[in-house]
Amino acid sequence: MSGSTLVFGWGNPSRGDDALGPVFVERMQHLESTHPEWGRLDFQTDFQLQVEHALDMRGHSRVLFVDASATCPAPFSLLALSPAKDASFTTHAMTPQALLHAYTELEKESPPPAWLLAIRGERFELGDALSPAAEQHLQAALAWVDNWLTSGIR
Amino acid sequence: MSFELETAKLSDKLRRVAIEPVSRVEGHGKVTILLDDDDKVHQVRLHIVEFRGFEKFIQGRPYWEVPVMVQRLCGICPVSHHLAASKALDIVVGAAQLTPTAEKVRRLMHYGQILQSHALHFFHLSSPDLLFGFESEVGKRNIVGVVTAYPDIAKKGVLLRKFGQEIIRITAGKRVHGTGSIPGGVNKSLTREDRDFLLKDAYQMVSWSREAVQLIKQLHRQNPALYDVFGSFRANMMSLVAPDGGLDFYHGALRARDADGKIIFDQVDYQGYAELLSEGVKPWSYMKFPFITALGEEDGWYKVGPLARVQNCDHIPTPLADAERNELVAYGKGTPLGATLAYHWARMIEMLFAAETIKDLLHDDDLMGDDLVVSGEHQREGIGVIEAPRGTLIHHYRVGDDDLVTMANLIVSTTHNNQAMNVAIREVAKRYLDGKKLTEGLLNHIEVAIRAFDPCLSCATHALGKMPLEVTLQDADGNVLDRLAKIPHGDS
Repeated sequence: MSGSTLVFGWGNPSRGDDALGPVFVERMQHLESTHPEWGRLDFQTDFQLQVEHALDMRGHSRVLFVDASATCPAPFSLLALSPAKDASFTTHAMTPQALLHAYTELEKESPPPAWLLAIRGERFELGDALSPAAEQHLQAALAWVDNWLTSGIR
Repeated sequence: MSFELETAKLSDKLRRVAIEPVSRVEGHGKVTILLDDDDKVHQVRLHIVEFRGFEKFIQGRPYWEVPVMVQRLCGICPVSHHLAASKALDIVVGAAQLTPTAEKVRRLMHYGQILQSHALHFFHLSSPDLLFGFESEVGKRNIVGVVTAYPDIAKKGVLLRKFGQEIIRITAGKRVHGTGSIPGGVNKSLTREDRDFLLKDAYQMVSWSREAVQLIKQLHRQNPALYDVFGSFRANMMSLVAPDGGLDFYHGALRARDADGKIIFDQVDYQGYAELLSEGVKPWSYMKFPFITALGEEDGWYKVGPLARVQNCDHIPTPLADAERNELVAYGKGTPLGATLAYHWARMIEMLFAAETIKDLLHDDDLMGDDLVVSGEHQREGIGVIEAPRGTLIHHYRVGDDDLVTMANLIVSTTHNNQAMNVAIREVAKRYLDGKKLTEGLLNHIEVAIRAFDPCLSCATHALGKMPLEVTLQDADGNVLDRLAKIPHGDS
């Protein structure tokens, strides 16, 4: 695939399994140099999705959002995203679907294809380390992304 | 002691409505309302699930790690914690007076944070209510609805926020988890390229901030019956002010005024905050209720944040924001404004002040200096106070002989505003809900009042599936009679 893939993980690194998104990105960055077959990658992390992140999608050929999930089936789930005018009634944070919609409105063009990789987490308290279960789920997600980037499977 | 509508008599005979969690605020909050059979309101409470693990999270860590790790307490205002902790630890390393470069780099970082936070709050969290109406179609009443209906306003909001984030990236080293501020100073200054990169957009940000002030004034003028009355209450106010009484977000001394604008105390060194303020507790809330000790719990509670700051100071040191402040003060005709929606007006004046200050700082060559850190005789205790976007933020640490933190006490802005937010929602409930069949739109009035304070409730996790908004109607026995849920991927 031409163009770069943006891998965007979000969550609070100090709140237990909420760190899954940023840790996923960190592990990928560590592995990137030994995986030229992954193609060109850009990485980003943040605590939460905010509206200005719509602008960070500019110029990328696809986007992989990565977040912890308290509800998805273990070890992870993948969802192809479409722009959605959802309510996003979730505090200051936006959903990736709403972010794609904001991109459409702000840039007056369709956003790059995007997926949400939701990794199952179990505990989310301040000061907690990643739980053993989350670490297993993370390893499974990393194995999946290797295949996804290499084969272009969607 | 109990305030009006805080505690109902015969509460077991009343119906209970809960709004949980409150949407478009950070963290978890819950509002409970007790109603009788005629829908008359008897009790309203904002419960905050405050995380009391902050101190435990910090204790036992080396003091120099604290400015970085406290950013993880809050995903919304990490820079405020970064700087408040740094200021407290400046005292610990004997560096009460920083170099000009260090102080100005920190100021730039902080004013960038104020700009981006206020832009996010107004354009993306509050404008849906203000532009569409409190009872408008719920599916439209959000930022995506604003982007669709008012793309120009939404885009300016995005770019203002982006600019603030770029300032944080450049001054703190990274957009997230920056390390720029350290005990005794900063670890980097700006390069000329950094400065020029920011300066090219700085004037545009001032211009857009002016437009934002005009927008909120226009909304206010169009509907004074709402804006002057909604959630209005009398309260003391507290903030830092500069030595000349000017507005200053980064440093100053504590000042408080009463609801008539009369000074309660002024130019009090915040190292003595513990003698000045006390914290009350109530059995129904995890969050404490601070008050001015000398006035007692009943009369000494106060509000903080934009509306308090803009009216508590004597002037704003930048010309455009000062002119706007004068207009706001004149609107009160000699009495401080107490209307909750005036928080938005004050917040936009503050955003303009931040934009003007950023522009001025970027013309100051001290930002590019290389004298970054000072140190002196180490102390074992330090207190740092900053005016965070939501109000006064206090960090207090004690450090042992082994340089590990032995005590941490944080009083965050939302805690200062605890009583004020409770009073505001009771005023709204009395005026708009009393005797009426509750609808989502009516309940949103309560949330509008809370959102005006921009509370950061618990710096909570956000993981998918963790934060629905649920309104549950129960009878006196706790049986669920009706339930309304809003989830991130759909409507109610």
